[in-house]
This record gives sequence, structure tokens and C-alpha cells, in this order.
Amino acid sequence: MSVDLRPAPAAGRRATGPAGDRRSPFRSRLSRLDVKFSPYLFISPFYVVFLVFGAFPLGYTVWVSLHDWELASGLRDFVGLQNYRELLVDADFWNSVVNTIGIFVISTVPQLLIALFVANLLNRRLRGSTLFRIGIILPLVTSTAAVAIVFTQLFAADYGMVNWLLGLVGIDDIAWQADRGWSWIAIASMVDWRWTGYNALIYLAAMQAIPKDLYEAAAIDGASRLRQFWSITIPMLRPTIIFTVIISTIGGLQLFTEPVLFGGGRMEGGPVHQYQTVSMYMFDNAFRNDDYGYGAAVAWMLFVLIIVFSLLNFLFIRRTGGTK
Amino acid sequence: MTAVFSVDRTSRKREGRGPGRFRGLWEASPLTYLTLVIALALSVFPIYWMVIVATRSNDVVSAVPPPMTPGGNLGDNVGRLFDNPDAYFAKGLLNSAIASVAVTVSTVFFATLAGFAFAKLRFRGKNALLLTIIATMMVPVQMGIIPLYMIMVRLHWQAEIQSVIVPFLVTGFGVFMMRQYTAQAVPDELIEAARVDGCSTFRIYWSVVLPALRPAAAVLGIFTFMQTWNEFMWPLAVLNPENPTVQLSINQLANAYFQDYTLMFAGTAVATVPLLVIFVLFGRQIIGGIMEGAIKA
Repeated sequence: MSVDLRPAPAAGRRATGPAGDRRSPFRSRLSRLDVKFSPYLFISPFYVVFLVFGAFPLGYTVWVSLHDWELASGLRDFVGLQNYRELLVDADFWNSVVNTIGIFVISTVPQLLIALFVANLLNRRLRGSTLFRIGIILPLVTSTAAVAIVFTQLFAADYGMVNWLLGLVGIDDIAWQADRGWSWIAIASMVDWRWTGYNALIYLAAMQAIPKDLYEAAAIDGASRLRQFWSITIPMLRPTIIFTVIISTIGGLQLFTEPVLFGGGRMEGGPVHQYQTVSMYMFDNAFRNDDYGYGAAVAWMLFVLIIVFSLLNFLFIRRTGGTK
Repeated sequence: MTAVFSVDRTSRKREGRGPGRFRGLWEASPLTYLTLVIALALSVFPIYWMVIVATRSNDVVSAVPPPMTPGGNLGDNVGRLFDNPDAYFAKGLLNSAIASVAVTVSTVFFATLAGFAFAKLRFRGKNALLLTIIATMMVPVQMGIIPLYMIMVRLHWQAEIQSVIVPFLVTGFGVFMMRQYTAQAVPDELIEAARVDGCSTFRIYWSVVLPALRPAAAVLGIFTFMQTWNEFMWPLAVLNPENPTVQLSINQLANAYFQDYTLMFAGTAVATVPLLVIFVLFGRQIIGGIMEGAIKA
């Protein structure tokens, strides 16, 4: 889902104060209380839910990560930064980081490029434009786990349709599961199938907001359609592109469902962890191996990773766009 | 400033026409249609393939070339699905339905209520409180999953359905979205008039604001439902296979019955049906929600 990140506008015009002088003192006092406290009452459900189930767990993750913490045995030893020290030299952890970043890059880059391309096509005078929009957004409303199962079968080594199609053009069977790079591509294809249409619609909305006179002026000056795309559409779309990149980063680095189902519901991410992501590694440590302290440390590292990547993306796009 | 939702639809309408002189500029070429038809086919095919396998028998997966039409075994496969002793499929469906409906109703109610307060009521600390909400939207939920689980253990809620409902009763995203929409969709005069008529604040919300928020509330509701229905990591952590959501049921099938493709695909198909029904009923709102939810340049 999308979010408007700009600062909130100034507060809406104030609601009127207590009204009706002719009321009884009791009712007017009641109405004054109502005006004064209702706002807090109305917003309190969010804060209660958030404090108990959002903010507290987030902060408490730090505390847990400083312990050897098992739920089954009740073990709970304070170990300071020991978990983080182990993490920094944990080959499996860094493997999961590499996998996550690898899958993230090979899914996000083509995904956003194709989305731009498709949006540009949809932004023409088109018969049946609603049909096309509905069609490309259909993947978004399917269940992630269900899609992962379907794709896993399509990518099966022996009887999978993808290998069969490749065979028709003379390409040998690919070991989609066993090979590290190919497994990333298979998983990335699930992510892309789901999210490309969504991003295309976001780009389309932004494209429709670009004034048409810009294109007309460019056309008069003899700019080709491709040139118009690069010199008008892309620069005008920059805020939207930043937005989609950051949303994709936050989602992509937390990748979990697709690789889990690709591995038949297991957390290892293949025999040699070739597609185990950081989220899977966290889950495996905490919920499968009862090592909640270590899992919490992994969770924090994931958070750091997301922040670092969001900033890097942001700076990168700003820089490339900054030269105009 | 632009809000999450735009009430103004004129720009979209204008786009359709454009000045006559430059008509050719925006005309789609046959190549455009061809490309879009391919994109459409790629979007639809995995779902169609799901239906094909779910309606056939297990030799479908080794057939060369693969069949491209549905078969007649759907009833049989769905029957095996609900009889399967490990998937607890019926229970998973029921749990998912309960959780998704509960979270949706609650999110829409509390988000519109808080959004109304932030957009139209005056109270001390409003801006600071709104800022904290925006900050919460940036934090990934998975971050706190371990302590969240510990809370559930403490409450004896692990393996209970409320564990996948209560933490998600209202989201910062929902509150913020409704605040943006209320700010521009509900005129202040309307609220002042109701106030003069002696309405309590809640009455104003219920009778004046909520009806005006219906389009945005519908979008929020649709997305919340889809999200809850799809939730995978948290249910996997906190529930157990005997009391699953439907996603955990199909995960169980993928785990234990990975040779039995028709069973697995029947599960995925049935788990997808409610989402497809929503899509058929509300496709337009979904597309509108995505397109109007985007940041506009």
C-alpha cells in the first residue's frame, strides 16, 4: 500500500466550541467535556494497540537481543553484546544478507523498469484501457503463498513448464532449486509477477498528472517519443520513482513468504541455504531453534539494513536526477 | 498540498481527449496493443494454470505438452482437500474469514474515528501525536515479532485466533489515510452545523462524517481484508498446524504433500477464491485506491 509522506497540512479549521447558551447547565457542561475529551477518546484505540503491540515489542527486541533467551527451558541469561559479536562472524547470517540483497536487486530493478514501460503504454489513447488495468493488477489480489506454490511447480526441474518451454527453444533443463543464481531468479519472478502491475498503476497515475502541453511543445520542437519519455516523463516522475523504490526496498529486504514456500515450507532456504533470506534466518533461529536472543539480534540487523538501503537508494536517485 | 485521496477527477477526464491537432501523439499503435496483451496473458496465466491443475488428476504435471484446458476433477480434489487430516483446511478457511473480517471492521472503524479527530477536531498535542503516527508507518512489523510472540505466550494466546486479530485492530497507515481524506472530503461547515444542532462529537462522526468517508473507507477495508487474508509470517510464528489460517493450511500441504500437486493446487485455488470475489466486486475501487494513493508530482 502507498503512503503520502509529505508533511501534514496545517490543522483543519477548528471545530466550534460549546454551543447553545440556552441549554441547561448540566448539558452544557457535558457538551464541554465532550468537546474536550472526545478527540483523545477517538485516537486512543490506535495508541493503545500501537504501544502494546508495536512500540513495546520494537524496543523490547533490543533487550531480548542482549540475552541468551529460550522459551522452552526458561533460560534467560544476560550476555551483553555477545549475540551481535557472534552475528558479525556468522557465515550463515552473511550468506542470508547476500541472498536477500541479491534477490532484492534482481527483482526490483527489472520490476520498476517494466512497470515504467507498461505505464507508458497504458498512458496512450487505448481501447479497453480498464481491461488492461484490471488485468495487470490481478496478481496483486492473489494470495502470496498460493502464488509461490504455483510458481514453484512451474519452476520444477523435471516436469516444470518453464524448463519445458526452454526445451522447445533448445535450452537444457535448469536446476531452479539447486543452483543459487537460478533460485534467486525464480523467487524474483514471483515477486515481480505480483508487484509490477501495482507499480505500473502508480506510475500511470503520476504520468497522467504531467501537463500535456509539455509533450506538445516538445513534439513541435521535433523531439521523438523516446526523447520525450527520457526528457519529460522520467524527470517529472522522479518523486514517484523515489517513493516506489523506497517501498520496494522496505518490502524486498523483508522477503519471506516466497522463498519459504519455494523451499516447501522450510526455513533453511535450500540444502546449502542458497536462498535463505534474513527474515527466514531470524525466524529459524527464534521460532525453530528456540534461540530468541539471537533471532532478536538478527531482527535488528535487518532493520539497520533496511534503513541503510532506503537512504542509499534515496541518495542515489537524487544524485542521478540532480544533473537534470 | 496533495492528499492521499483526490476528489478531483477532472484531470483524468481531460486526458482522454487532448487538443485535436496532436491526436496522433497519444494514439496507441498495434505494437502497444500486442505488448499489453502479452502483459495481460502473463498476469493471468499463473492463476489459470492453478485452475487447470486443480481440476485435473496428478498425471497432469508430467504431461507433455501440458494441458491448456481445465479438467473435470475439481470436486474430487476439493473433497480430498477438506478430508486431508494434516491441513485442517476447513478450520483454516474459517479462521482466516473470522480474522480478516474482524481486523477489517475494526480497522475501518477506529481509523475513520481517529482520522476524523485529527482532521477536524481541536486538541492539545495534535500535531505531535500525528507525527508519531507517521513515524510508526515507517517501522516494519516483522521487527517486533519476537517480543510480540512473548506477549502472546504470556497472555496464553499462542495458537489462539485472537493472536492474529488483536495486534492489528488499527494501523497507523489507516489513521493517516483517513485523516487526509477527511480533511478535504468533509466541509467544516457541515460539522459546525451539526454542532449547533446539538450533536455530540460521536454523533457528528457517525451521522455526518462516516457517510462522507464511505469511498475511502471502502478502499481501506478492501486492502485491509486482502492483507490480513494473506498474512503469513506472523500466523506461522504464533499459530499451530491444528488451528491454522488458510495460508498455513496450504503451507502444510506444500510441506507434506508436495508430490500431490492437484491437492496442493486445489488448496491454493480455494484459498484464492475469496480474494478473486473481492476483486470482481471491487476491482474499480482497488485500481482507484492504488492510483489515487500514489504521491503525485
